[in-house]
Amino acid sequence: MSAAVAVPVPGRLGDRRTRTLAYVGLAVLVVLGVLVAGTLAGDAAQTTDLADRNLGPSAEHWFGTDRLGRDMLARTLAGLRLSLVVGVAAAAVSAVVALLLASAAAVFGGVVDRAVGWLVDLFLALPHLVLLVLLAFALGGGTGAVVAAVALTHWPTLTRVLRGRAREVMSSDYVAVSRQLGRGRWWIARHHLAGHLTGHFVVGTVLLFPHAILHEAALSFLGLGVDPGQPSIGILLAESMRYLTAGAWWLAVLPGLCLLVVVKLVDAIGENTRALLDPRSHHL
Amino acid sequence: MLRADDVWFRYGSAQPWTLAGVDLQVADGEVVGLCGPSGGGKSTLARVLAGHLRPDRGRVTVDGSEPRARRGPHPVQLVLQHPERAVDPRWTIRRALAATGAGDDAIAALDEELVRPTWLDRYPHEISGGELQRVNLARALLTRPRFVVADEITASLDAVTQARIWALLLERCRAAGIGVLAVSHDRLLLEEVAGRIVDRTPVPDRGPA
Repeated sequence: MSAAVAVPVPGRLGDRRTRTLAYVGLAVLVVLGVLVAGTLAGDAAQTTDLADRNLGPSAEHWFGTDRLGRDMLARTLAGLRLSLVVGVAAAAVSAVVALLLASAAAVFGGVVDRAVGWLVDLFLALPHLVLLVLLAFALGGGTGAVVAAVALTHWPTLTRVLRGRAREVMSSDYVAVSRQLGRGRWWIARHHLAGHLTGHFVVGTVLLFPHAILHEAALSFLGLGVDPGQPSIGILLAESMRYLTAGAWWLAVLPGLCLLVVVKLVDAIGENTRALLDPRSHHL
Repeated sequence: MLRADDVWFRYGSAQPWTLAGVDLQVADGEVVGLCGPSGGGKSTLARVLAGHLRPDRGRVTVDGSEPRARRGPHPVQLVLQHPERAVDPRWTIRRALAATGAGDDAIAALDEELVRPTWLDRYPHEISGGELQRVNLARALLTRPRFVVADEITASLDAVTQARIWALLLERCRAAGIGVLAVSHDRLLLEEVAGRIVDRTPVPDRGPA
């Protein structure tokens, strides 16, 4: 690997930018593949075959079968799809909340800025998972409640990053010059702020996905998440607990590993996008 | 007439006064030099005059009334010391000039001596510091200001570029009857460009008052 880095070959996979782009492209393809496979596996994930119960991994059932003879590969793929959909929805809502709060803080300043800062501190001070569980419980469980609970607990960090960047822009000389040219706060928000926040917003949103996916799994594992009839990774893991002592390791290990891989892939997409959009911060 | 009457300013109520009872007048078409050592509050005064900062006490007036920045460009345009900080790095030069409200025709009609047409579609980091400072000057002049406050605008430039920029600024302002406040720590430069020099001595550090 180090030899490949030492001799850059421009235009091919030699230079860093091309490699990063290739990596992001590959990761996006794999995640999309999981989404498509999960959708196609929807029926197979629910098909029971009582003759093939509790089978270990084999050529026929790569991930084995569960106590009702359902194919675990199909269930894992369907579960990942559900996790991804919930993760994307929750991350998107969170990111929009963060963007709105940070922009309001920057545009209005003063009391609004202090209120947003205080709100961020408040939410960051509360234990993350406890708040998540409380919210999911209060909202009555189910997919919608999970999306809402994850979205409502994940905006503070991104808000803090965006607010910091927005403050930096608003206190710059070029914004002072625009004010001197008679431009109002909305004009400045649209023409200066929007451009400077886009990169951070995109990267922040992508990096929220892995969190959202993991917390969806955690909530479903605890029984507060998606409908137990649906195969989400959290539910697969929760169901597997009873059979682990009987030696059915594949029920927990393989779906768990797949979740880990997908989370790592999405994380890699975010980190590499950051390296592309903001190379300086990446080297800090 | 640009006037500052008994202007007081400090950065926060727990800070010492940066400006304490400053009086200053610049007549239309007059070139006044403002001289003083570093840290003497020259830049602060420049920002107060251009409306970037609001004085805690006293008034800044143009022809007897306080300018309202909200309604169109401020009649006092400040050109800053660091040209690269005064332009959004994500904007092309054309966009920075268009922010004044000037149309394509007005931008295309700019004197080549001030802004070359080849610069228009470049980004600020793609032209030199001296060139960017000329762009900033052009931007200030496009708003048809009554006064230009030039805050150490050539401090980071070589002598030849310095002379060119000052010649350009003085020529344009004389032609349009624009008053200029030239701010610098360099007395020799001010003696060269200004008709009258005002000295700013720093406020003695008395702590919060």
